[in-house]
Amino acid sequence: MALDSKTPEGPLAEKWTNHKNKIDLVNPANKRHIDVIVVGTGLAGGSAAATLAELGYNVKAFCFQDSPRRAHSIAAQGGINAAKNYQGDGDSTYRLFYDTVKGGDYRSREENVYRLAEVSANIIDQCVAQGVPFARDYGGLLDNRSFGGVLVSRTFYAKGQTGQQLLLGAYSAMNRQIGRGKIKMYNRHEMLDVVIVNGKARGIITRNLVNGKIERHSAHAVVLGTGGYGNVFFLSTNAMGSNVTAAWKAHKRGAFFANPCYTQIHPTCIPVSGDHQSKLTLMSESLRNDGRIWVPKKKEDVMAIREGKLKPTDLAEEDRDYYLERRYPAFGNLVPRDVASRAAKERCDAGFGVNATGEAVYLDFAAAIERYGKEQAHIKGLDEDDADLVKKLGKDVVKAKYGNLFQMYEKIVDQNPYETPMMIYPAVHYTMGGIWVDYNLMTTVPGLYCIGEANFSDHGANRLGASALMQGLADGYFVLPYTIGDYLSDDIRTGPISTDSPEFEAAEKNVTEIINKLVNNKGSHTVDYFHKKLGKIMWNKCGMSRNETDLKSAISEIAELRKAFWEDVKVPGTADEFNEELAKAMRVADFLELGELFAKDALHREESAGGHFREEHQTEEGEAKRRKEFQFVSAWEYKGEPKDAELHKEDLVYENIKVKERSYK
Amino acid sequence: MNLTLKIWRQKNASDKGKLVDYLINDVSPDMSFLEMLDVLNDKLITDGDEPVAFDHDCREGICGMCSLYINGEAHGPDRGVTTCQLHMRKFTDGDTIYIEPFRAKAFPVIKDLVVDRSAFDRIQHAGGFISVNTSGNTQDANSIPISKHAADEAMDAATCIGCGACVASCKNSSAMLFVGAKVSQYALLPQGQVEAADRVLNMVKQMDEEGFGNCTNTGACEIECPKGISLENIARMNTEYLKASLKG
Repeated sequence: MALDSKTPEGPLAEKWTNHKNKIDLVNPANKRHIDVIVVGTGLAGGSAAATLAELGYNVKAFCFQDSPRRAHSIAAQGGINAAKNYQGDGDSTYRLFYDTVKGGDYRSREENVYRLAEVSANIIDQCVAQGVPFARDYGGLLDNRSFGGVLVSRTFYAKGQTGQQLLLGAYSAMNRQIGRGKIKMYNRHEMLDVVIVNGKARGIITRNLVNGKIERHSAHAVVLGTGGYGNVFFLSTNAMGSNVTAAWKAHKRGAFFANPCYTQIHPTCIPVSGDHQSKLTLMSESLRNDGRIWVPKKKEDVMAIREGKLKPTDLAEEDRDYYLERRYPAFGNLVPRDVASRAAKERCDAGFGVNATGEAVYLDFAAAIERYGKEQAHIKGLDEDDADLVKKLGKDVVKAKYGNLFQMYEKIVDQNPYETPMMIYPAVHYTMGGIWVDYNLMTTVPGLYCIGEANFSDHGANRLGASALMQGLADGYFVLPYTIGDYLSDDIRTGPISTDSPEFEAAEKNVTEIINKLVNNKGSHTVDYFHKKLGKIMWNKCGMSRNETDLKSAISEIAELRKAFWEDVKVPGTADEFNEELAKAMRVADFLELGELFAKDALHREESAGGHFREEHQTEEGEAKRRKEFQFVSAWEYKGEPKDAELHKEDLVYENIKVKERSYK
Repeated sequence: MNLTLKIWRQKNASDKGKLVDYLINDVSPDMSFLEMLDVLNDKLITDGDEPVAFDHDCREGICGMCSLYINGEAHGPDRGVTTCQLHMRKFTDGDTIYIEPFRAKAFPVIKDLVVDRSAFDRIQHAGGFISVNTSGNTQDANSIPISKHAADEAMDAATCIGCGACVASCKNSSAMLFVGAKVSQYALLPQGQVEAADRVLNMVKQMDEEGFGNCTNTGACEIECPKGISLENIARMNTEYLKASLKG
């Protein structure tokens, strides 16, 4: 099967408009007879469900949490990008497009990224109209901040809770449609299979997580907005329930999985504290606007700090290595995430890590507190040389900007980041890879769509900060609701889809068999035991840097672990009750398959690009080295076992941007 | 440290339920409260017992999924945090800790410590929105300046995570802080004015139908709220409600 990205003809800037003008529409009277299933209620799924319902489709929306408002988009802190150019600092649609393609290390599809940049401004207008309380300046206009990998301020934010406010905006739009009966909401439901009838996605099988009931749901099209698969690493910044199951089941039913190895390891997370740890907490990238990252220059200072004999605040300026500022003077502390993470790992691997495990660097706000304090003293006509006063005034400014993040840090680490620098270390955060989709966001299965983090399309090999929220809402509010009409226009005479067909029967049976196998297995190890083991393999061998030997051993170790899981996992309780261990077991079973494909993809991609760093392919200075012959998307077709997956390539063509070495120096 | 846990166990909604004692040893002060329960569950499963069911998801204090009534306080003894951000360093060796579900008539128990908070969703369905369709043609985001003060106050109200601690803490099981926060967010913004009267009337009506109690100004909700939502929001809702009622 040849991959057809269905990108429209014409000049880049006119493609989306031309496409919208030409695709088929469904008239409002017919929309009433068409059902659409949306799985996942984060920014992508939630905004899509609301918009499709506003257009008149009958929407059934599903989430595994107890309310759509809990989806993990809610945890996004820093902000959302939009090419509004409110700051007059030279921003434009083209520049956002350019930054995103470059930031993704030239591994994303040009047309999709341009469209994303094009609709970005509409997102801000839409959200403000919904009542999203973005930060404003004293003139009452919207405020912006800057994020990594760019030279303009285009990030809109709501304190450190931008994802929360945008999600609550989408949730409010959903609520309006739920109230009108246009969305039927299924909370605490997990999707466990896609049902394909005559080659088209026509429904899903779900498990009601409260009573264990297996249900069949039909529709004319199915949309997955089910997020990323970072939890394959066990420890990540994802929510505990975030999983790959919906995407993986779609893959097993024919949807190609693209670039699974592209993972974002976020540079500013709170370091691991012990074996009991269940998840990692992110500290927003926005902190790098004001925080300076450093480690000591001398090993003896490192040792003294680790032993508690030396306080970081007592270390003289000349004994500190602000390694990002040193290596990347143009972007400094605001280099993109992949670059910042690798630089932290490089320093820690060289023995300069500042905590007991040697896996932490400092993120220091002392300079920012002083700078802001002096500014405030000047404004207020106070003594700029009064160190205590300056410090106090500066802290107030920092508190207003990042207060909730500082509080979160203090609660977890039990140290006061206003007084001593934060300790941070990279952690798994976001997955750029995902289900392959064409320009219409349709997967290789007709009628099955994939949006937001769950698809692969916009971020290439590395995502820039504040772009995930942008993509989720762009897909859900402004792209999918148009493109899905083109497909559904053929369905206006189809009538309701019956769930009483052999295809639904078979899919339900498949799900029931897996559940029965798990609850009757009576093995000796818990689900977490296997999940943690998988996470260790992934982190050690498919993490921030990868090589052929490790990847090969990861592939065989994951296959063995998967075998051990099915033989020896212990799932307490029964299938027909609230049973979180069973839900977890089903998710981990899928992670154990995805993990192997992930390693296979990483092994196959013999180049370094963005978050995928192959030790064999680096420049003399240790930077990622791309290879022209890998300028394609790897789309894997399921063939029974992850190891048998078949590779399909989508060549990436850059006509509007010159592919060059990605430099932030 | 070593602890005694008294945990509410209830098989399902119709089961009567009871407190059961568990001993747990070698708890690290760096663990979060939920990680401590993970360790307990791991042991229970290995020993062939049923693990304790509790709600949780993001584990960074923002999704609002985690709950728990710990030693008689929603989200436990610390202030300004959810249970997932509560750390064991807040307890001392030898402590006995009571762990119960959020209790309210409108929040029926599903299992053990898991409760059904869908009443909150239904209140939002009744009016927790601004009626604007998605289109690429809404006016430019900067066309209506909003004073920083109003925007910040709206943001403070919008910070509510919908966890239900206010209801669990209230002797009347009132949801006024939760509803007040949503009503306030929109009442403070120009975009929310058009539907302000209908919104407050519909949301309060739904709140009453769900079986939440009234507010008697005790203020426990504000103290226990992990996001510091202010009582002012209740006052503002009452003002809005009165205005809407008088308009008829």
